[in-house]
Amino acid sequence: MNREEMLKRQSKIRNFSIIAHIDHGKSTLADRILERTGALTDREMKDQTLDAMDLERERGITIKLNSVQLTYKAKDGEEYIFHLIDTPGHVDFSYEVSRSLAACEGALLIVDAAQGIEAQTLANVYLALDNDLEILPVINKIDLPSAEPERVRQEVEDVIGLDASEAVLASAKSGIGIEDILEQIVEKVPAPQGDPEGPLQALIFDSLYDPYRGVVAYIRITEGTVKVGDKIRMMATGKEFEVNEIGVFNPKPVSKEYLSVGDVGFLTAAIKNVGDSRVGDTITSVKNSAAKPLPGYRRMNPMVYCGLYPVDSAQYNDLREALERLELNDSSLQYEAETSQALGFGFRCGFLGLLHMEIVQERIEREFNIDLITTAPSVIYQVKLTDGEEVIIDNPAMMPDAQSITEVQEPYVKATIMAPNDYVGAIMELCQGKRGDFIDMQYMDESRVNIVYHLPLSEIVYDFFDQLKSSTKGYASFDYELIGYRESNLVKMDILLNAEKIDALSIIVHRDFAYDRGKDITETLKDLIPRQQFEVPIQASIGQKIVARSTIKAMRKNVLAKCYGGDISRKRKLLEKQKEGKKRMKTVGKVEVPQEAFMAVLRQDNTKNN
Amino acid sequence: MVNAVYLHIPFCDYICHYCDFNKIFMQGQPVNDYLEHMDVEMKNTLDRFPTNKIDTIFVGGGTPTALNEEQLEKFLKDVQDRFGPYVTDKLEFTMEANPGSVTPEKLRIMKSYGVNRLSIGAQAFQDSLLTRLGRGHSVEEIGEIVQMAKQEGFTNLSLDLMFGLPDQTIDQFSETISRALELGITHVSSYSLQVEKKTVFYNQWRKGELPLPTEEAEADMYALLISRLEEAGLSQYEISNFAKEGFESKHNITYWKNDEYYGIGAGAHSYIDGVRRANAGPLKQYMNRIDENGFPYMDDNVLTKAERMEEEMFMGLRMREGVSKQRFEVKFGQPMFSVFGKQIEDLTSKNLLQDTGTHISLTEKGFFLGNEVFQEFLTID
Repeated sequence: MNREEMLKRQSKIRNFSIIAHIDHGKSTLADRILERTGALTDREMKDQTLDAMDLERERGITIKLNSVQLTYKAKDGEEYIFHLIDTPGHVDFSYEVSRSLAACEGALLIVDAAQGIEAQTLANVYLALDNDLEILPVINKIDLPSAEPERVRQEVEDVIGLDASEAVLASAKSGIGIEDILEQIVEKVPAPQGDPEGPLQALIFDSLYDPYRGVVAYIRITEGTVKVGDKIRMMATGKEFEVNEIGVFNPKPVSKEYLSVGDVGFLTAAIKNVGDSRVGDTITSVKNSAAKPLPGYRRMNPMVYCGLYPVDSAQYNDLREALERLELNDSSLQYEAETSQALGFGFRCGFLGLLHMEIVQERIEREFNIDLITTAPSVIYQVKLTDGEEVIIDNPAMMPDAQSITEVQEPYVKATIMAPNDYVGAIMELCQGKRGDFIDMQYMDESRVNIVYHLPLSEIVYDFFDQLKSSTKGYASFDYELIGYRESNLVKMDILLNAEKIDALSIIVHRDFAYDRGKDITETLKDLIPRQQFEVPIQASIGQKIVARSTIKAMRKNVLAKCYGGDISRKRKLLEKQKEGKKRMKTVGKVEVPQEAFMAVLRQDNTKNN
Repeated sequence: MVNAVYLHIPFCDYICHYCDFNKIFMQGQPVNDYLEHMDVEMKNTLDRFPTNKIDTIFVGGGTPTALNEEQLEKFLKDVQDRFGPYVTDKLEFTMEANPGSVTPEKLRIMKSYGVNRLSIGAQAFQDSLLTRLGRGHSVEEIGEIVQMAKQEGFTNLSLDLMFGLPDQTIDQFSETISRALELGITHVSSYSLQVEKKTVFYNQWRKGELPLPTEEAEADMYALLISRLEEAGLSQYEISNFAKEGFESKHNITYWKNDEYYGIGAGAHSYIDGVRRANAGPLKQYMNRIDENGFPYMDDNVLTKAERMEEEMFMGLRMREGVSKQRFEVKFGQPMFSVFGKQIEDLTSKNLLQDTGTHISLTEKGFFLGNEVFQEFLTID
């Protein structure tokens, strides 16, 4: 292809993604678009094709990004190449969202015609605006009886400030408005700009690890052309590789000779470590290097930490391998080895947020078959010591003695909550109880409000989301962003089992809440830990002072007093089952503790609500 | 050689709410056909696995006394014809008997064929609890069956008593023990309720409609049982079993000593030449298998030496006297401590096991926490 042909092809490319709140119909719309552009035959059509992992289907969210190349014959008679880049739908992954948005020129903003704009949508729209994307509002689910498309159209204009006069009224489920959406993409989303012969700049917006091919980098070419056999360099890490394979997804991977400006596809280059192809990094060619990388790259910093330990300490190396494998696909996952007196060898792991944490845990348990003990999540504290030193604490057990501390700071977030105004009272009460500072409240229309609070991240990590859901009957939506550190009156609370301090159960609490929380935790542990052959006192202490106490009574009777006649194998099975149950517990000191107990700090409030 | 026989009569006039044994409503069942098949199984078993002598026979169920007089006589005659030639003078021949289903005539038939011990399903001495258990008899009928048995000359009588029942109070259980002792029996088996799948109780439990006593109350009941029976001269010779001296159940001791036994009838289990077998449970399958190849076995489980040693321990420790060190060494060719030294030491330090010199046995505490002990002798991984 000569230069002219390449530029002509480039002018027919449209790159876009879809922004939507969970349940507003993103996946369904994506499926309809795939259908309409013939990317999938009916037989291949499986509902919600882009959410490939079981976990994603179960939770109805997208974790890993996907991109597909589609061809669409528009009403002007021309054939266009569409790249639909999917984005994860959760606040934990906002950096990934911002990078995939950076790979686009446009975005469809899907808003549910009955529910209106949600906090999460708003956050992602701002990310799209930051990336100068052309935003095409789509009001979805207009065939619902409760749909109010005009009210929602007004809301889009008032709240976001977009011109929604040409917003497509659609129902992805019923296939209404799909054609209009595709036409608007052709008309309104700008074609990619850039010189196919310029120095290569390719944005990595996702990468995954394939055991046979190494890292598969998902890229968007912004400048230049990349071909099989080219020598390339990762601009942030400086690592160099030779390109093995290039291709696009349609949605099945299809090999190509080259990718040029505007193309979205994949590249492999025998890259062994996903850390060498970080999301947001720029690929350039060694021969014709770009002067600057594309903007926006940053290394993601975890917000939440917890300890992960194998129940069976013999599986420590398996756990390490599992983390290594997951890290290949997830460069935002951080971990380092740590040792707990109570739990033995394990890892302190950093996550982007709670959902990210849960997903990693579930994947380790499901895909790698390792029973895990997870300690309660912690945020990162900044601690000033009397000797002037400052330390960072991501594990409550490591908090220095109170006497040697002059100040503890904890991370605060700006929390944006949107809800029907009936729940304003409940939301404010909840936020006050979580040490929140009221910042702002705005009416979005007659019935919906937007409330802004500053809250300690640790309170959100505990149970804020669950409590918000239950106190607003699920009507509130919620988003947060880190705003910085603040001094707080925080203390470390230790938990003692059988008079032995269990480091994995230590938490950091606000002094005003310490007694209540200590009481809750000791009571919860009493219910979670089965009776032992001896009485087990449970104590919560701050320094040397015991602030709460409960007792697990000694096991009184555990004996099979039943006649099974000559059926000895049945007796054996029963005993084996009991023994198996014990194996799933961790022996801490002399006490056998089940996995759930290490999350007791979280459990308490949840059980209270349910 | 096998010296013990278990025979299973699966028929019942009613189904108890806790029972998960192989049992079936009697009405409309091919009882005679079934008894005929048992006879074939007895013959084939003795042909294939000969014995030199029979010390114990135990007929369990189901409800063996649910058989009518003709059926009962036919069955007992078959047993006599097959095993009679081998029985010793000291034969213990037990039949389970249910209050309400026994007549003097049935007892006379049993006696005439050598039955010399009755295991009577009393369970409780409160009509309200008997109803809750789905038992089809009254407290009064428990007294009647014992009197009847004594009149017919039975001197070795055992009562089954249950504890840990829904809504059962410790006072009720105390009353049950008193009433049982008043009847002048020689043996008591007392079982705590286990809620098993496929029972009425299981379904009630799932729906939250089975108010079971707390672990404390159950432990108190067990402690009361032991002290009251010991006081009355029935000593605890096994976790759930109490007897006047010389009246211990020889048949059950076969199981606990890990000796071998025949198992005849639907769903019966046998242990012969180191192989454990389970018979098919449903009547039709049981009979079909016998018709087809002479035996109703579902599968053969050839025990490894390790398994046999484990069973020697977790079965034997159920007995007050425990497991004989010498017997273990003779049986397996290696000392008990070379196999289980670590477990024994650990459990002894926890005051669950003790070394009596000749035997390793449960301590008083160990009796209450038997499963904590037994599972340590399983070497699963």
